Amino acid sequence: MEKKIDLRGYSCPIPLLRTRDALASCDELTVIIDEPAARENILKYAASQRYKADCSDGKDEWTLHIVK
Amino acid sequence: MLSTVWIIAAGLAFGLGAVLLVQAGNPGNYGFCAACHLRDIAGALGIHKVPVLQYARPEIMGWVIGAFVLSKTTGEFRPRGGSAPLIRFMLGALMMLGALVFLGCPLRALLRLAGGDLNGITAMAGFLAGIGTGIVFLRNGFSLGRARTISGPVAFTGYLSVVFAVVLAAAVAAGASFLYFSTKGPGSQHAPILISLIAGLITGALAMKTRMCLSGGFRDFFLVKDTSLLKIYGLIFLSAAAANLFFGTFKLGFTGQPLAHTMHLWNFLGLYLVGVSATLLGGCPLRQLIMAADGNTDAAICVLGMLAGAGVAHTLNMAASGAGVPLNGQLAVGVGIVITFAVGWLFREKVLVEATA
Repeated sequence: MEKKIDLRGYSCPIPLLRTRDALASCDELTVIIDEPAARENILKYAASQRYKADCSDGKDEWTLHIVK
Repeated sequence: MLSTVWIIAAGLAFGLGAVLLVQAGNPGNYGFCAACHLRDIAGALGIHKVPVLQYARPEIMGWVIGAFVLSKTTGEFRPRGGSAPLIRFMLGALMMLGALVFLGCPLRALLRLAGGDLNGITAMAGFLAGIGTGIVFLRNGFSLGRARTISGPVAFTGYLSVVFAVVLAAAVAAGASFLYFSTKGPGSQHAPILISLIAGLITGALAMKTRMCLSGGFRDFFLVKDTSLLKIYGLIFLSAAAANLFFGTFKLGFTGQPLAHTMHLWNFLGLYLVGVSATLLGGCPLRQLIMAADGNTDAAICVLGMLAGAGVAHTLNMAASGAGVPLNGQLAVGVGIVITFAVGWLFREKVLVEATA
């Protein structure tokens, strides 16, 4: 199942925790985020779990697509 | 991933820089400390009236200006705020209270340990336990709510932290009459202003680049097994310990340490309170200053809370000294821990996850 979560405005480490919680119940997740530190943390987490993750180009806001 | 070059640069700059600042005039194991230096700034501004703790330490202004310049250069500067500012103010004050009961922020705990002060171990254990407690609240849905990006003319508020830092740096350099300057005690001991400022500028930029955060490092390790920040702490410890051995300022033991006491329970609980507060706030005292510089007005409110906390702690005789922790400080830490638990428990929310397929 594919899901989407909007985590704009949350500070570390909440975006990472909520992403991790959401991935527990789906195989594909789109995450909207606006904090560079949170984006890096989520990408690091995805890499550590060997999930596939892409990040859109953006200046103030990014969309991450994570596939288990 | 943080490249090895930045990890090494940050580790060495903080570790060696701290010891060199002591050689240049700062008190023992007092090269960098987000809490004590802010407390001295509070004294310089007259927020508390302890005559020996008044000096607007330029290391702090350097952190803010260095981080601001880098964040502007990389395009990461972004005025934002609005996530429970009053709660952040209060948690900032409690974080300062915990640090002043131990006599140091987590960074100084590491630096004290690197100077052979074994009280740093007790304090670090408390800090780790506090982070663990904070993580339990986070896992149960704790959040202070969303911040929003500030645009339009109001976006200027994102620059207020750096404006304040520049004004304060200029004022201390000029010996401005509206600032208090200690004539004896720790507040009178300091490196030359320019050296302190340059040390702050370099380490502030590196802290911004690496997103260095004492609570964040352990938190990332617990949550995602990421060790980048822990490597920086390891290097800070090793380089500061080596430099202390070189200069003959390494002294192993619990007693007779500079600006320290040996009340183990309160060293533990002081940084326990800092650990819980920092995890709920999303950053240790150092990180709050760096985030304030890159446009985060919530972090700036937290820093104001820390300044107010320093004022209250010293006015109401809660802060520790070499003689130990006064009864008021012990009571305040107990009450502070209860308040952080209440905040951690009450501020829970559910984030909506939309099913798209």
